[in-house]
Amino acid sequence: MTGSTLSVLLYIFVGPIVGGLISGLDRKITARMQGRYGPPLLQPFYDVFKLLSKESIAVNGIQNFFIFCFLIFVVFTGSLFFMGGDILLVIFALTLASIFMVLGAYCANSPYSSIGAMRELLQMMAYEPMVLLTAIGFYVVTKSFNITEIMGFNVPLVLYLPGIFLGFAYILTMKLRKSPFDLSMSHHAHQEVVKGITTEFSGSTLAMIEIAHWYENLFLMGFIFLFFVWKMPGSWLVGLGACIIMYFIEIVLDNASARVKWQLAFSSAWIVAAALGFTNLLILFLMK
Amino acid sequence: MESILLLILFPLFTGTILLFVKNDSLRKIIVRLAALILIAVSLLTTVRYFNDGLTLALHREWINYGMVVIESILAIVIIALSIKHKKHLPILLILIQTSLINWYEFTHSHEVEIKADIVIDRFTLIMVLITGVIGSLICVYALNYMKDYHHHHQEVKDRRPFFFFLLFAFLSAMFGIVLSNNLLWMYFFWEITTLCSFLLIGYTQEETAVKNAFKALIMNLLGGFGFAAGIIYLGYAVGTQELNQLPVLAQSGIDLLIPAVLLAIAGVSKSAQMPFSSWLLGAMVAPTPSSALLHSSTMVKAGVYLLIRIAPILGFNVAGILVMMVGGITFLLASLMAITQSDGKKVLAYSTISNLGLIVACAGIGSYESIWAGMLLIIFHAIAKSLMFLSVGTVEHNMGSRDIEDMHGLIIKLPEMALMMTIGIAGMFLAPFGMLVSKWAALKAFIDSDNILIVMILVFGSAATLFYWTKWLGKLVAVLNKIERIPSKLTFDEWIALGTHAVLTVVICFAFPLIGNQFIEPYLNAQFAVQMDAVISDGNIKIMSMMLGMILLIPLGLLGFVALKEDRIVTSYMGGVNQGDNRYFTDALGNRKKMYLSNWYMEKYFSETRLNTIGIITTSAVIVVIFFMALGGVL
Repeated sequence: MTGSTLSVLLYIFVGPIVGGLISGLDRKITARMQGRYGPPLLQPFYDVFKLLSKESIAVNGIQNFFIFCFLIFVVFTGSLFFMGGDILLVIFALTLASIFMVLGAYCANSPYSSIGAMRELLQMMAYEPMVLLTAIGFYVVTKSFNITEIMGFNVPLVLYLPGIFLGFAYILTMKLRKSPFDLSMSHHAHQEVVKGITTEFSGSTLAMIEIAHWYENLFLMGFIFLFFVWKMPGSWLVGLGACIIMYFIEIVLDNASARVKWQLAFSSAWIVAAALGFTNLLILFLMK
Repeated sequence: MESILLLILFPLFTGTILLFVKNDSLRKIIVRLAALILIAVSLLTTVRYFNDGLTLALHREWINYGMVVIESILAIVIIALSIKHKKHLPILLILIQTSLINWYEFTHSHEVEIKADIVIDRFTLIMVLITGVIGSLICVYALNYMKDYHHHHQEVKDRRPFFFFLLFAFLSAMFGIVLSNNLLWMYFFWEITTLCSFLLIGYTQEETAVKNAFKALIMNLLGGFGFAAGIIYLGYAVGTQELNQLPVLAQSGIDLLIPAVLLAIAGVSKSAQMPFSSWLLGAMVAPTPSSALLHSSTMVKAGVYLLIRIAPILGFNVAGILVMMVGGITFLLASLMAITQSDGKKVLAYSTISNLGLIVACAGIGSYESIWAGMLLIIFHAIAKSLMFLSVGTVEHNMGSRDIEDMHGLIIKLPEMALMMTIGIAGMFLAPFGMLVSKWAALKAFIDSDNILIVMILVFGSAATLFYWTKWLGKLVAVLNKIERIPSKLTFDEWIALGTHAVLTVVICFAFPLIGNQFIEPYLNAQFAVQMDAVISDGNIKIMSMMLGMILLIPLGLLGFVALKEDRIVTSYMGGVNQGDNRYFTDALGNRKKMYLSNWYMEKYFSETRLNTIGIITTSAVIVVIFFMALGGVL
């Protein structure tokens, strides 16, 4: 068995366990920051198992199918990432996956899920340029879109791509669905659009959304990892450390900030992408 | 040789017959038959000239004089119509360019040696196939559409014989453009498409139609003026009027900057780039089949065809920068403006302008990779866009509206049309469908050309593209109460046209590697005299095919899912009390209210007027500055 097959299998089978644990830890830390004791570490798994055992309720016969496709394509995207494939293809596949979730919410045809879908779509438009610029930054430095080759560069990429790293960190909040950018849905109960994009989903379908997010969060952190890993053996520890710190910062931010309006979320994401992305790329081109 | 004559003359012949056919069923037979023959001839031409291509010099004086005569007649037609409608600018423009080109024809053109009037290579064959197959299908579709159209629009005079004449004449001219290597010939056919589009847009003879027709005429005559000036400059200063000689001459160090700029202006106006883009938006007033024809396989494609042909003389000179900047700015602004539109045809129009912008930018960069991407974009765009136009037309006839807001729940209202549109929309922007493959290639090409501005334009434009297509798609899949179902009135001809388009959209995604190495790469290898690595690697193609396979399983999966589902169906959550049918709710005052879900159009951010002004100013500035730079370089 080759290394890439192994890591894909690991991702598919161990991935959700790790993702669920991260989510449990997230809730624990969040609780402590708020002066609560918090749920047990395994609470996310309990939640998902309970959801799976519930009766399946829907507004129509096909909405849940879109969420099923969403889960499948998220796993597909993550597998592409962990087999060391083409990073642009990973981004395109992720877009496809996210569109399935948006369509699921549209399909349910209720006011709250529709607003959630519109907001989710707006967020996609907001973060898409920066995500693409991240891949472009990797390519300009390493001359490759291939993730394995990107990881084998001489020095950590963040040294060449500090602006792009900051830009990516900015939109990562959106992708992780954390405050101040948890517009379309959030894990907290204080969402003004009920439960946003997930309003009409329940039972096993809601469990699928949850599991998809565990998978998704893992390869999102994989992007952070790519900025900090280089060809030196053992540098993966640096990458891992960076991921942990980054995730912790996201938790702090989540707890310390209020949700912004979509106008601000959108325009700031584009301004950040344009300013940091452009400057960083410009410097790289001038250095050539 | 025979097949070339067939391609150019057969549609014209069919059109002329149709001019005298008033009977519906007879017209139906003729158009169907002609479409079949035309598709067959296009395929045969491809097979016949696939290996060796063709280079043909006719040296027949009478052909040139014949063209002069016809051009003068066309000019007289335009002048007469302009006088009738009291428009002066077109008269001036057509007088200047016709007299210029005739003067050149009589005084100088026979001193220029012509080695090939007609050249067929793999790129020509791509264009022949697009025009032949897509164009013919659109004509078949038009049969029933126009019948319905006049049924609904009693106020419009029924001039169907003339309409079908124009459609077929248009195809003739388009074949003429892509087959001609002699620029004078190409210019001749180019002017015919200008006139045909003018007449098609003005078909209804209503006030806006006439206004927009003249707008299109003026814009295209401006471009035609650039074309004529380019030919004359080439004839006098360089001593050639052959398209395929331009890259050869450029390589031998001859300065072609001025003709490059002039031809570039002709190309960008024809392909509806800013600042000329308004003519294509105005063209929406025409009946849908003519919009489909203008937007997909003909007219605008003639512009990008010329630009890609001259791409090797663009690249790193100011002419290349002109084309690249105009294309890039148009791509970005048009995709942003598409967000604010809810009229289906207008969204399609902006999307055409924006996609053509991308192709134009690819031509402007002029590298192997970027032209590869541009040519692939031409193919994918032609098919998917035509499918979208025909679908919108059919939906409009069945529901009485083409507004995207009214397409809410199309999956229940008209399921078969929702499927067609879903395929079309997926084909326009979604991985692993065609347009995305080409956008991907374009992105790589842009980065490799080290042009950071165009890279930024592409990433932001793509994000906007994603937004406006997905929100349209979302409207289609919303599931409504079953009572909103509409009985569909799709006819045989419409099914044939729509079905073939949909199948082609999907098949071509599997076939693009084949198109790449059988058509595009042989052409590019000859142009650049190099062998290049595959633009998209085999491994990635395999993964894409896998994704495509997964997506094709979705309808099957859905059927299984519906059959096996055990969901308990409940009413949706509405905030107010749902009245039980998911359509009405009880509001805070106890009144029964209908629920209405709207998409976001974000006019405050992407205001059409503001962005349009920005676009016109910047692109005009680019064109003017570069034009004078090119002139200054010579003086």
